[in-house]
Amino acid sequence: MSDMTAEQKVKFYQKGTFTVGNRLVDQARRSVQGSMERSNAITSGHRACQGCGEALGARYALDAAMRATEGQLIAVNATGCLEVFTTPYPETSWQVPWIHSLFGNAAAVASGVAAAMRVKGREQVRVVAQGGDGGTTDIGFGCLSGMFERNDDVLYICYDNEAYMNTGVQRSSATPPTARTATTPAVGPEPGNVFGTGKNLPLIAMAHNIPYVATASVSDLHDLERKVEKAMAIRGARYIHIFVPCPLGWGSASHDTIRIARLASECGLFPLFEAEHGEITGSLPIRRKVPVEEYLRPQKRFAHLFKDGGDGVARIARLQRMADANIARFGLQREAEETPL
Amino acid sequence: MLEQIEGSQAVAKAIAFCRPEVICAYPITPQTHIVEGCAKLIREGAIQNCEFINVESEFAALSVAIGSSAAGARTYTATASQGLLFMAEAVYNAAGLGLPIVMTIGNRAIGAPINIWNDHRDSMALRDAGWIQLHAETNQAAADLHIQAFKLAERLSAPVMVCMDGFVLTHAYERVEIPDQAQVDAFLPPYQPRQVLDPSDPYSIGAMVGPEAFMEVRYLAHDKLLQALGVIPEIQQEFKEIFGRESGGLFHSYRVEDAETVVVTLGSVAGTVKDTVDELREDGARVGVITLCSYRPFPLDGLRYALQGAAKVIVLEKSLALGFGGVLASDVRMALQDTGTHVHTVIAGLGGRPITRKSLLRLFGRVERGEIKDPHFLDLDLDIVRREIDNQRGQITAGPIAENILREIGPRAAKVV
Repeated sequence: MSDMTAEQKVKFYQKGTFTVGNRLVDQARRSVQGSMERSNAITSGHRACQGCGEALGARYALDAAMRATEGQLIAVNATGCLEVFTTPYPETSWQVPWIHSLFGNAAAVASGVAAAMRVKGREQVRVVAQGGDGGTTDIGFGCLSGMFERNDDVLYICYDNEAYMNTGVQRSSATPPTARTATTPAVGPEPGNVFGTGKNLPLIAMAHNIPYVATASVSDLHDLERKVEKAMAIRGARYIHIFVPCPLGWGSASHDTIRIARLASECGLFPLFEAEHGEITGSLPIRRKVPVEEYLRPQKRFAHLFKDGGDGVARIARLQRMADANIARFGLQREAEETPL
Repeated sequence: MLEQIEGSQAVAKAIAFCRPEVICAYPITPQTHIVEGCAKLIREGAIQNCEFINVESEFAALSVAIGSSAAGARTYTATASQGLLFMAEAVYNAAGLGLPIVMTIGNRAIGAPINIWNDHRDSMALRDAGWIQLHAETNQAAADLHIQAFKLAERLSAPVMVCMDGFVLTHAYERVEIPDQAQVDAFLPPYQPRQVLDPSDPYSIGAMVGPEAFMEVRYLAHDKLLQALGVIPEIQQEFKEIFGRESGGLFHSYRVEDAETVVVTLGSVAGTVKDTVDELREDGARVGVITLCSYRPFPLDGLRYALQGAAKVIVLEKSLALGFGGVLASDVRMALQDTGTHVHTVIAGLGGRPITRKSLLRLFGRVERGEIKDPHFLDLDLDIVRREIDNQRGQITAGPIAENILREIGPRAAKVV
């Protein structure tokens, strides 16, 4: 935990917004995006929706990876929103060498690219594979697990918006309980996605004993960049799971993407932590704990929980218990480290 | 050097001389001996500077190959049967991306019922994916075709499948002329990719293409395979100049010059057919055989020219389009359209059923006498089939067909007709 504690001490929060102030941080620690020399791995003009968390997360992650590798980077992309909105033929937003093959094989394609670099003696060229939660936790899971267990030199980044957004908001194995999707409609005795389902991919990644696993969020871009840069300093299979709200699929306001991402972590539903070789090495403490209602209420996918007449109260309480369990499991409430300013 | 060697090991040695840089494979019978051979050659140092990647599925095998090929590495994999179907999505993708991957298919039947023996329904299922498909007639051809395949794939920037009959070739020991490294180096230049993932010159590969350009992209993929009809004979000639033997090409003709009846076939069964042709020729019959080497692209014009003297064509194929009939036969009919040549479809050897000289002699006789219907199923036990049809017709809960048939023929299952 010591590493992340040190990070916490130099973080500054502007009053009211709870954002990390770039201007207040010394030059060396500033965000890649704060620099005029930023690499713009994904340049402007792409077709993402307003307020897209994935576009934001991918740009920060890839630019951080480019900074860490001095531009010696190849990106592999699973089919999905990120692939579609960045490459409407004949245009491309990618300023790094980039390949899209299929929905379920990004991790394997990346293994192939890494093997080619190794055999050609160009090991300074690093590989990042990326996919949405569907391409990662469902259809791409087999290839991802294979890449992990072989410890191939690939950083895999999952941009988790908790459903199949590109095909029109269908449930994935990353969809949380009670969330309404097109295939878990908010009707019947158990509206939305059911409890007791889904998989926690960061924990599954850890079970492969790979060198590095982390969760990150677009609500804390400094933390996200730091984790990507840390991952790029390590050889072998690495996994970062980034929380990226989707205004379209979640029924949230475009201007609320960052706020909702922050609420997800501050209520405990999306814990931010790191692990090395299967052991948790650190977590980001919650600065200002909020009840899950605060996170759920601004999203239409959870609107049925707040309707009169149902058992929404009991179901929200069950989500709160999940959040509390995360807080206990990952040690997210640590009094001494709170309120750096 | 002439060696008495198993087909799979001959192929592994041929691959080694091609200086592959990435080999990835998932085991499936009857492909296993090839990739085991490759893995051993890498560990022993006979293949230098090559990564062998043990993947978790065939889908991953070809996906890793896509990544390494797009990053500029000469890449090889091998599969068969269920494995080829499991990677089907990546098979189309590799062709769409124009990646010169070489893949061996140890041709094997597709289940259910599960069957590990040879027929051609696996590679036939992927015949329209955009890969060049070459079929080996012997183990010498199998070894030689792999060396040619890399050159062909890289010259056209298109993937190539080398199909060799499972067990009949992969596990058979034959005399094979194994080339030496100097010969292969003289024949096969280093891989120069048309497009490559490189930070110094970043490309986006695999972008989305809409209706405004998709037709043109697909047409160009078709055109590339048609170009192969010219490149395959060129490479056959270049191969002959260095290795001194005839190998590859679009198809091989055997005693067809004055033939009235010509068999058209694919793969290792050609040997048995040639022996049968020789026997019939001794009795004065004017028969011949054409063995296709390139199934995709299909040499329509060349075949039409080669068959112009024939009155009857017998297409002998180890494939079957269920609910339709012959697969190869349809292609041959396309080549012979408007010629009036009579084409007989003969489905044979499914799931490893032996195709014997005795059966072929009987077949020729029946064709001559006009006794066969189209399609004809060689050595099909019609009594058993009819009884099971009656059985199924009579009762809704008749049980699984495969198990019913096995129960009936159990005691004579091993008998070769």
